[in-house]
Amino acid sequence: MNWDDSMPMVSIKDVHKAFGDLEVLKGVSMDIKKGEVVCIIGPSGSGKSTLIRCINALNDIQQGSILVEGQEVNDPNLDKLELRKKVGMVFQQYNLFPHKTALENVMMAPIRVLKQSKAEVEKTARALIKKVRLEGKEDSYPGELSGGQQQRVAIARSLAMNPDVMLFDEVTAALDPETVNEVLQTIKDLAEEGMTCILVTHEMNFAREVADHIYFTDRGVIVEHGSPTNFFDEAKDPRTKEFLSQIL
Amino acid sequence: MESFFEWFKLLYDNTGINLPFLYDSYDRDRMWNGFLMTIKLSVVALFFSIIIGIIGAWLQNSPLKWTRRIVNGYIQIFRNTPPLVQLYFFYFAIGALLPKVSNGYGGEVPILGGFAWAAISLSFFAGAFNVEIFRSGMEAVPKSTTEAAEALGFSRLQIYKDITLPLAFRVVLPALNNNLVNLVKTTTLAYAIAVPEMLYESNQIWSDNVNVTEMMIFLLLAYFFLVGILVWGMNRWERSLKIPGFGT
Repeated sequence: MNWDDSMPMVSIKDVHKAFGDLEVLKGVSMDIKKGEVVCIIGPSGSGKSTLIRCINALNDIQQGSILVEGQEVNDPNLDKLELRKKVGMVFQQYNLFPHKTALENVMMAPIRVLKQSKAEVEKTARALIKKVRLEGKEDSYPGELSGGQQQRVAIARSLAMNPDVMLFDEVTAALDPETVNEVLQTIKDLAEEGMTCILVTHEMNFAREVADHIYFTDRGVIVEHGSPTNFFDEAKDPRTKEFLSQIL
Repeated sequence: MESFFEWFKLLYDNTGINLPFLYDSYDRDRMWNGFLMTIKLSVVALFFSIIIGIIGAWLQNSPLKWTRRIVNGYIQIFRNTPPLVQLYFFYFAIGALLPKVSNGYGGEVPILGGFAWAAISLSFFAGAFNVEIFRSGMEAVPKSTTEAAEALGFSRLQIYKDITLPLAFRVVLPALNNNLVNLVKTTTLAYAIAVPEMLYESNQIWSDNVNVTEMMIFLLLAYFFLVGILVWGMNRWERSLKIPGFGT
């Protein structure tokens, strides 16, 4: 299938996902265009994380379609490597490789997966570490870094694969309050450079500031969506209103 | 050197403490060859038992039910039977079924000799424990860490080789240490099928010289130092693999 960047970069249609008897996603649809920043918010257990894990096939779906640059993810013959070259992901618990230094963490995937030359990869990796403002920490092991620093290494590690779209799964939820901002700033820089980002987050001020579009999910469906101004100031659905009144 | 050996001859003449493997060149060669045989058998069995452990632990996670069953069956058989019985089984039962080859003097000899059977038997014996040891280490690697590698496009084999195994290794080293120490001590069982290792050669010497007490004391000390060197090496290795800030 031919895809060009006037079409949605990620196109999700009527996605259903169940873990055993527990139905987590009950027909979710959304389109994300190139360069867009989309925030998915909602109470815990509403299926936000599951949804973005389905985009890079960490979870499979039972029904519906997810197209990433025209590639169907819901396909038994899916070329996962091809998909994962396009989609980067950052996790809540950073999940760095603890036996590798910050620099090695960033370099590993391009060398092993993309088979790029070590010298070339090292140059980009050092630039990425600088970009996430961790110069001087190249040779530190994850265990020697703070949560916020680890999370920025994780972002650099993901960027080293040169993805077209980045998924952020509650990446500040496990951080100390004072380190949350350094990670958010890094994501903001990325967004401003035009990276397509899909974030699951509880940082409402951040969502209001950087998002082009906000989706509110509850119990496996999208309840409401709109631009940040519309969403935060003129929410219509009672469930959205209740949620916002609890956290704002 | 010669005067050093002569001193033990004097010691024997004056006190009756008989250490012929020091002053008698024939016994000295026997003892030295026995020592080398013990080292050789230990190194070969250590090597193959670790290989069996690594491959077995990988196969234990196989999606194929029968592969898992065969690995589990192997572990049960070799863990729940005495190593001496296993050795006899290999040497007398399996060995008798195999074809014989000409020895070049008109006679026939078994295709595999005592050393080969001892190495095979001990490798399988220690390997069964190593599979369980490596499995416990692999289970200690968080799924979220391997998931991060998966999201970066690593294949199943790459994840095992680059992430799971290096991390599991660090977790299992103390348990592996124990098992390898046991393995070195178990090489004395090869005596039972006349492999000329250290215990066997000592027996030859005390049969000729009737100095059982001296030989027993020597053997005890010899194994104490041999295993001591292994433990020292493994501990050094454990320290060199230590990652700053990990597992503390």
